[in-house]
Amino acid sequence: MAQNDTVKLIGSWSSPYSLRARVALHLKSVKYEYLDEPDVLKEKSELLLKSNPIHKKVPVLLHGDLSICESLNVVQYVDEAWPSEPSILPSQPYDRASSRFWAQYIDDKCFAAVDAVVGAKDDEGKMAAAGKLMECLAILEETFQKSSKGLGFFGGETIGYLDIACSALLGPISVIEAFSGVKFLQQETTPGLIQWAERFRAHEAVKPYMPTVEEVVAFAKQKFNV
Amino acid sequence: MAERSNSEEVKLLGMWASPFSRRIEIALTLKGVSYEFLEQDITNKSSLLLQLNPVNKMIPVLVHNGKPISESLVILEYIDETWRDNPILPQDPYERTMARFWSKFVDEQIYVTAMKVVGKTGKERDAVVEATRDLLMFLEKELVGKDFLGGKSLGFVDIVATLVAFWLMRTEEIVGVKVVPVEKFPEIHRWVKNLLGNDVIKKCIPPEDEHLKYIRARMEKLNIKSA
Repeated sequence: MAQNDTVKLIGSWSSPYSLRARVALHLKSVKYEYLDEPDVLKEKSELLLKSNPIHKKVPVLLHGDLSICESLNVVQYVDEAWPSEPSILPSQPYDRASSRFWAQYIDDKCFAAVDAVVGAKDDEGKMAAAGKLMECLAILEETFQKSSKGLGFFGGETIGYLDIACSALLGPISVIEAFSGVKFLQQETTPGLIQWAERFRAHEAVKPYMPTVEEVVAFAKQKFNV
Repeated sequence: MAERSNSEEVKLLGMWASPFSRRIEIALTLKGVSYEFLEQDITNKSSLLLQLNPVNKMIPVLVHNGKPISESLVILEYIDETWRDNPILPQDPYERTMARFWSKFVDEQIYVTAMKVVGKTGKERDAVVEATRDLLMFLEKELVGKDFLGGKSLGFVDIVATLVAFWLMRTEEIVGVKVVPVEKFPEIHRWVKNLLGNDVIKKCIPPEDEHLKYIRARMEKLNIKSA
């Protein structure tokens, strides 16, 4: 697949997974056409359904006539298909394994915890779910401290795979915080992540694409009819 | 006799009947990597396991020169990047992506759905079997015109999908529900024969009799009627 074949990204401005793909493409300076699905959970375009028939989800990267889906797969693909600097994954096998492990932890355990908070039926359930989410974030805080080695990002000085992976949590967490009144990312328990989130949002590869907290909260209020 | 160098110390914490553990053994064996296997009792987790995988507390865990790596798909990529002989992932970025996609599909879709059969009977069980078959159809289609999911030779997805060939299909023998009948899935059956023609696979999968006994005992424990 030639690097200068047409590139398109089917995404959604409100999707945290979609954001991952956009950041990766920006980091690699890839020119692409962005196709937004404004309300992807309600309405999916023909192109999306054709390009990702199994999961029917965003993001989907279209490179020439190839289609790549699942956000972390898209990020890895972008890193490998455009191998120029900057590298998104670390260079050493052990560090790469570590990044992949934590990215999976985020997608499996952290998102399950987020979903549990959102889906909790009663106060008891909410408390238990909130506790689990706090645990996950405490573990991520520890990982951030170890991984960043005092620098700004999980990847060190620059944004890397794990930063991109973790960013998907920010939107959903700010929605939960707004709806529940509980702060999950706080100075006392997750000081590293708080600062990281600010730095990440302000990064030039992120800022153009990441909705603000107000925007995601407004969208969620509309979605849940609150 | 030269002192054994510690620079390539490889240990694997695993469990003999686990598909996730065996896939690591397949990869290491394909690459000719010597390793020390540390059988774990997952019903009574060792302090070593808890120390090396504090987050998920599960096998398999690969330990290379004292550094632990967990999550079988992560371990497989690590192995491929560290020992470059007999690559298991393709070189082409798109083919690598597809290998990752299908591997996740096996673990997160096929495996999770198939497991739902546990404890179900009658119509509920039938529904799970149907759902599993729908997912397996994707693998069936992938195999048309290919000897292996990896193409001409065994690759990443084949190693991961041994879960289907030697766990799902062995379990259906015990449970008496033909989830993967040969009439509906001729390609998958052909692929299983191809796998069994590979020496590394033959060596690394659990021995059939013992494995069937183990599955039967587990099913009984979970109160599932055996065939």
